[in-house]
Amino acid sequence: METTHEVHEVKADKKKMNIKDKVMDIFSRYSMVIILIVLLIAFQVMTGGIFWRPLNVTNLVLQNSHILILAAGMLLVVLLGHVDLSVGSVMAFVGSIAGIMMVNNKMNPWVTIIACLAVGALIGAWQGFWVAHVGIPAFIVTLAGLLMFRGLTQVVLGGQSLAPFPKVFQKMATGYLPDIAGGEHLHYLTMIIGILLAAVLIYSQWRARQHHKSNLFEVESIYAFAFKAIFTGVIVIGVTYIFAAYSGYPVILIILGVIVAAYGFLTNKTVPGRQIYATGGNKKAAELSGIKTKKITFWVFVNMGVMAALAGLVLAARLNAATPQAGTSLELDAMAAVYFGGASTSGGIGTILGAIVGGLVMGVLNNGMSIMGVGVDWQQAIKGLILLLAVVLDVYNKRKKVA
Amino acid sequence: MADYILEMKNIIKEFSGFRALDQVNLNIERGEIHGLCGENGAGKSTLMNVLSGLYPYGSYDGDIVYNGDICKFKDLGDSENKGIVIIHQELALSPYLSVKENIFLGNEQAKHGVIDWDLTEKKTTNLLKTVGLKLSPNTLISQIGVGQQQLVEIAKAFSKSVKLLILDEPTAALNEEESANLLDLIREFKKQGITSIIISHKLSEIVNVADRITIIRDGKTIETLDHEEISEDRIIRGMVGRELTNRFPDRHPKIGDVYFEVKDWQVHHPVDTNRVVDNVKDFNIKRGEIVGIAGLMGAGRTEFAMSIFGHSYGQEIQGTVYKNGQEISVKNVADAINNGLAYVSEDRKELGLDLLMDIRENTSVASLNKISKNGILDKDQEIKTAEKLNEKMSTKYTSIFQNVGSLSGGNQQKVVLAKWLMTEPDILFLDEPTRGIDVGAKYEIYTIIEEMAASGKSICIISSELPEIIGMCDRIYTMSNGKMTGEVVRKDANQETLMSLMTMEA
Repeated sequence: METTHEVHEVKADKKKMNIKDKVMDIFSRYSMVIILIVLLIAFQVMTGGIFWRPLNVTNLVLQNSHILILAAGMLLVVLLGHVDLSVGSVMAFVGSIAGIMMVNNKMNPWVTIIACLAVGALIGAWQGFWVAHVGIPAFIVTLAGLLMFRGLTQVVLGGQSLAPFPKVFQKMATGYLPDIAGGEHLHYLTMIIGILLAAVLIYSQWRARQHHKSNLFEVESIYAFAFKAIFTGVIVIGVTYIFAAYSGYPVILIILGVIVAAYGFLTNKTVPGRQIYATGGNKKAAELSGIKTKKITFWVFVNMGVMAALAGLVLAARLNAATPQAGTSLELDAMAAVYFGGASTSGGIGTILGAIVGGLVMGVLNNGMSIMGVGVDWQQAIKGLILLLAVVLDVYNKRKKVA
Repeated sequence: MADYILEMKNIIKEFSGFRALDQVNLNIERGEIHGLCGENGAGKSTLMNVLSGLYPYGSYDGDIVYNGDICKFKDLGDSENKGIVIIHQELALSPYLSVKENIFLGNEQAKHGVIDWDLTEKKTTNLLKTVGLKLSPNTLISQIGVGQQQLVEIAKAFSKSVKLLILDEPTAALNEEESANLLDLIREFKKQGITSIIISHKLSEIVNVADRITIIRDGKTIETLDHEEISEDRIIRGMVGRELTNRFPDRHPKIGDVYFEVKDWQVHHPVDTNRVVDNVKDFNIKRGEIVGIAGLMGAGRTEFAMSIFGHSYGQEIQGTVYKNGQEISVKNVADAINNGLAYVSEDRKELGLDLLMDIRENTSVASLNKISKNGILDKDQEIKTAEKLNEKMSTKYTSIFQNVGSLSGGNQQKVVLAKWLMTEPDILFLDEPTRGIDVGAKYEIYTIIEEMAASGKSICIISSELPEIIGMCDRIYTMSNGKMTGEVVRKDANQETLMSLMTMEA
């Protein structure tokens, strides 16, 4: 019910269209969101109501956080028309360094985290150098990286797992916000933050609307705006309530929230963000427009390295061990999430929200099918098929729009 | 009654409510060369796609009568079997296959699935002789120029025993000499009894070669002209539906002092370092002046402009660039833009625009610093600026958020011009500014260029069309083999003088 309204209202600014065109347009724009919503409802029914329980929703976030972090970094790489196959191995490598530093040498977790992120940046710089400045295809460079860093992980760990990590470090991936008032059934701090967040979101939408108005642009009607505001509020507070009913916001959800906001801002509102899209859309035209495409490419890979390192740390913290096989084939999950979210394999098209929705679809599929007792073998087969179908649907919709 | 090889009767083709072709009639006599004229978007290509079966029977109304039979083509193969072959503007050759492999692609000379390469080579050699190409059948397509590729396409058509040859803008990417050769070849085919349809924006060629001309406007057949009626003015009148008295705006230049100057400019080939592509002693543009560079393809015109614009072409570039007497750096594109240079490339789709982006984003992409503070974009200002500039260019669009891929060639070029005007340049290089643009839109582009010069900017036009150079420029440099071979002022400029300077051994 709410979703159809939301969509109607988004379209309100468009000039008159007939109903059929409108529906088609909505489908082509929001096909991934619609798939996610359908899945969320379907699994709730098929799991007999287990799916939406606070414990499960919290688990869903904890189990998929590292993939969402990877997807955010991968989005920029894919926007440039490249891929990064090495991120799974980089995760394991960074995890192993964290293990050596904290488990073997008892070093301070904060120092370790900063050192590990720096290692990720260095790896990214190494790969970015070959791709951007020497012009080696990213597929080759990062395929080499996949082999190299998996091998180096084995060297560093000597084939053994390292455990356990200090408590503070584990908190990063498995901890929750502390509570202030010690509610029995509800996490008050989480609720307060959720309500504040909703208020800030609605206020910033209002400000944007006023700003548009002062620039004499067309804005949506006050009713449409009110609806959007209420919708935002209900979703944010509703989801917050689910978390609050268990143990409150997980720490990793806050980290994810910050990452999504930062990437949304970067891709949407900044000059470097626009330059990334321009480089991916038409590199030669971008160069002739004065954009330093080599520099952009280099820094996107550095960024990917840092995000892979962060994902590696999160995974190590959640598993509470540095293992030689950590993160195997996660590069594929990250890329699947990005393509799932509507990004183009040839670059220039894609959004952070799409990538996150794509990552969530993957996560929801994993989680939902696990609850239903579907075996891992079948899970993988079904995920593969759904990925293909989703992208086919997307391509089909876009083609129809052009014709 | 004339002997028609092809009659297209009352063809109607609609795209989701939009009528692209409205009762079009086209009659082609056996053995003639027939010109098909019309502005961009008039429906020429749609009509040819209906004929070739790309839009299959049933997706349009009306009849195609070929050799007296009604045809119901389901796909391209059907029409090719009957001897109807279209050569499109964008060549469809595979770059890393050889000439012979391309010619017999999809039509391999094979027995039981095994290709007979000797037979293929023999047939290819004969076909190449027919089209006058002196090439080894084993040359890779990527190693030959566009002109020769065009001829390979024609040879390919001949391998399918063509009876009706359709050429869509065959000379768009060719220089004058190559174009002349191609037209001669088409006349030669006529003697062999092959019927041709030529679609072209270059009216002088059409006038030269066509026996009859059909003009299409807004999806309707306007008229068919017989040989004695054909003239450029007559065609233009039919195409735009009015008399176009002036093809170029009046020029009353206010020319100031030398503003932009390039000295001892030497550019080496990006791969072959020993090869000097450009070697220009002195080149200058005055304030408010429109300067032209005329030269055949391969003379080094584009390379010259691009090497000045942020060293975008070549390597080991030497020489100095002055603006207003001061030496300026053009080592990279950002420097060039900051120093007031702009370069509108000859290839809109490859180098000028990002077809995935909308009008607004394409307009602002070279001046993001003007609409941002501390790296954060002010999108409202971006929209306002883009709208203002495109209004000034009279770009036709429904929304500033419209994808540039959906615009016509003329409107795309206006977006490119808007993009460069946004950088507030002092010196503009315009490389083939009206390529592939129809007559009406050309005039608008000329007017814009004129206005930019009138506002004191220094402008350089590079063009393969001599009438354009002569009609627009105050002073013309001729270029051959990477060197300036002459400098001609407006009153002395005519096609013969320029041509002889352009073909001079330098």
